[in-house]
Amino acid sequence: MHDTKIKLADEIERHTLTVLVDNEAGVLARVVGLFSGRGYNIESLTVAEVDPTTRTSRITIVTSGTPAVIEQIETQLRRLVPTHKVTNWTSQKAGLEREMALIKVAGSGDQRLEALRMADAFRARPVDTTPSSFVFEITGAPAKIDSFVELMRPLGLVEVSRTGVAAISRGPEAM
Amino acid sequence: MDKDDTLTLAAGRAAAQAAAETMTGAQMVVRALKDQGVTHIFGYPGGAVLPIYDALFKVEGITHVLVRHEQGAAHAAEGYARSTGKPGVVLVTSGPGATNAVTGLTDALMDSVPLVVLTGQVPTHLIGTDAFQECDTVGITRPCTKHNWLVKNVSELARVLHEAFEIATTGRPGPVVVDIPKDVQFQSGPYHGPQAIHHRTWRPRTDPDTASIVKLVEMMAGAKRPVIYTGGGIINSGPEASKLLRELVDVTGFPITSTLMGLGAFPASRPEWLGMLGMHGTWEANHVMHDCDLMINIGARFDDRCTGKVSAFSPGSKKIHIDIDASQINKIVRVDLGIISDATKALREILRFWRLQKHQVQSEALKAWWHQIDQWRAKKSLSYRYSDQIIKPQYAIDRLYALTRDFKDVFITTEVGQHQMWAAQRFKFEQPNRWMTSGGLGTMGYGLPAAVGVQMAHPGALVIDIAGEASVQMTMQEMSTAMQYDLPIKIFILNNEYMGMVRQWQEILHGGRYSHSYSEALPDFVKMAEAFGCVGLFADKPSELDGKIKEMLAVKKPVLFDVRVDPAENCYPMIPSGAAHNEMLLSPDEGGDISDAGKMLV
Repeated sequence: MHDTKIKLADEIERHTLTVLVDNEAGVLARVVGLFSGRGYNIESLTVAEVDPTTRTSRITIVTSGTPAVIEQIETQLRRLVPTHKVTNWTSQKAGLEREMALIKVAGSGDQRLEALRMADAFRARPVDTTPSSFVFEITGAPAKIDSFVELMRPLGLVEVSRTGVAAISRGPEAM
Repeated sequence: MDKDDTLTLAAGRAAAQAAAETMTGAQMVVRALKDQGVTHIFGYPGGAVLPIYDALFKVEGITHVLVRHEQGAAHAAEGYARSTGKPGVVLVTSGPGATNAVTGLTDALMDSVPLVVLTGQVPTHLIGTDAFQECDTVGITRPCTKHNWLVKNVSELARVLHEAFEIATTGRPGPVVVDIPKDVQFQSGPYHGPQAIHHRTWRPRTDPDTASIVKLVEMMAGAKRPVIYTGGGIINSGPEASKLLRELVDVTGFPITSTLMGLGAFPASRPEWLGMLGMHGTWEANHVMHDCDLMINIGARFDDRCTGKVSAFSPGSKKIHIDIDASQINKIVRVDLGIISDATKALREILRFWRLQKHQVQSEALKAWWHQIDQWRAKKSLSYRYSDQIIKPQYAIDRLYALTRDFKDVFITTEVGQHQMWAAQRFKFEQPNRWMTSGGLGTMGYGLPAAVGVQMAHPGALVIDIAGEASVQMTMQEMSTAMQYDLPIKIFILNNEYMGMVRQWQEILHGGRYSHSYSEALPDFVKMAEAFGCVGLFADKPSELDGKIKEMLAVKKPVLFDVRVDPAENCYPMIPSGAAHNEMLLSPDEGGDISDAGKMLV
């Protein structure tokens, strides 16, 4: 017999969702308002128009919740009138997830050399260099960026700017 | 959509394109309303909608009902929509006109009522400048509408207006807002008819999946203790759904209960009817829900008023949920079989497969189940202690029900509170679309304007607002609207001088400390009715009630009837907050401790 209770003790999971929407006025506010209004989390959000001819935008959201909450988030997103499609890259379909970050580090001497060496190991490249600072550009899975940021912290980390996750399916098919 | 549809649609579009007429935005609004078959709109003019009001001046075929407050316009449109099945249309101005309509929009969203609300907006070049009577209408109404639009270009206006009707009325119905800046109302542009418009992405799914229906009828055939639990989805699906529901009960003999919103979908006079379920539902309905082995939910949403404590909700049953809105399935209660479908279509398929596969019910088990149900029924959970000294509110509703049996068509609206629950428990509905109440949002002040809307749609019918004296004061000014349009609505106030449901909860949960729930300065309702030009009546003795009710029913004018009832009466039976269906209280004598967790619930 089915347990009717939505288990509150269910583990919190992190999921990456992509929502394809009509790029009409206020569409982002609709999506964000749905999350805040129903008490769902947004860990990161990336949005841009991806097809100017059909005026379609792609919104990628990293969210967390119990499996029941994640299921609700997906059905609630599908209910929005401008939504074309919702795909869950964590539970539904194999996808690639990438994020870009710009990371500023200031320092001199050995610290500066160490920062440059680490950047090389992470395939982060300096996009702005002054005698006392670097700005590194790094692309990868969010966890890789997290580790890089942690390594930079003792080496003079000044600030971090992250784009949030962009995701796409593996293989020949679209989402 | 198949290819032929696409071709027809494209051809239709091309034809319409060729036939596009040029007119102003304001004229387009009126034309679009006519093309959508709108005959009544509820509104209130103001600076930002004057061009539309100008286009409406002496227009034929559309009756504009001038309300006294924009909230009233929205509730009147809800009453109109719920009693006719047609969308309700509202026209209000910018700023306060729009913000006053917000309660009605939220109410319609919660109860799935199709509304098209047109709001004026300041001209486009003033948007964002804090102009006079400017507000961010689409921003404010985004969370309380199914969808909304700000139309900044007159060339988009016709498309948006038709899409607004399509979205409000298809799939799960709901309210939409079209915000139209004043300059757009003045500009000229091409008008296209509704046949040319089809929303780009909006394709609500309404047909059930056959494999699920086959599984459902098999589960029905195997059920020993089944129950059908229906909601507002049956009403919204149209009268055909109610007919098919009767047929389903005819062929199966299954017991049936309903939520507050679904009353009337199944005739209350039939033996299979258990009464309403939930917090103030009947003993038998709630026990059947708790002990059933198969629950078939059609168009209800496992609202907290219906489920009680979710973890103890119907622990031994397989659950089937049919809903037109996919997001409702597994939202509160995990189900064994979820079917996304319109209620009419699902019922039709259930009946077809039941007959096609020659299924039979478990008749022996069903007999035993009915035997058990009869025992629960014997509790007579809606009984109360009659008094010949003071009018009991239950008695007042029973007499109102009895004395309105000779009327061909009776529509009931309510406000929110104890009187609403007593009306839901005791007024027996035989047909859908006769019961208009604010279920989801619980909006005090809903009933009077809703009655205005219902009476507008059904001029010859008897329309009664069963009200409380606290609720009715929230939208009292609509009495004036009723007078202006000769709407003989009857406002039947169960006056206990308290916000009765608040008082009841304070008694049960807060040690009888009646903090601010007593109205110390009530108006003289009879004089007030007379001031509006209506008829005022008063009764405080059981012996005079029948005569006064008859008097009320005989008057061809709006009547405000102040019925003084027992101020201490509580609404029972009751599932205390945080308790399960089988932990109902039948009367105050049972006490019943409410857990701390229960006290936190509303």
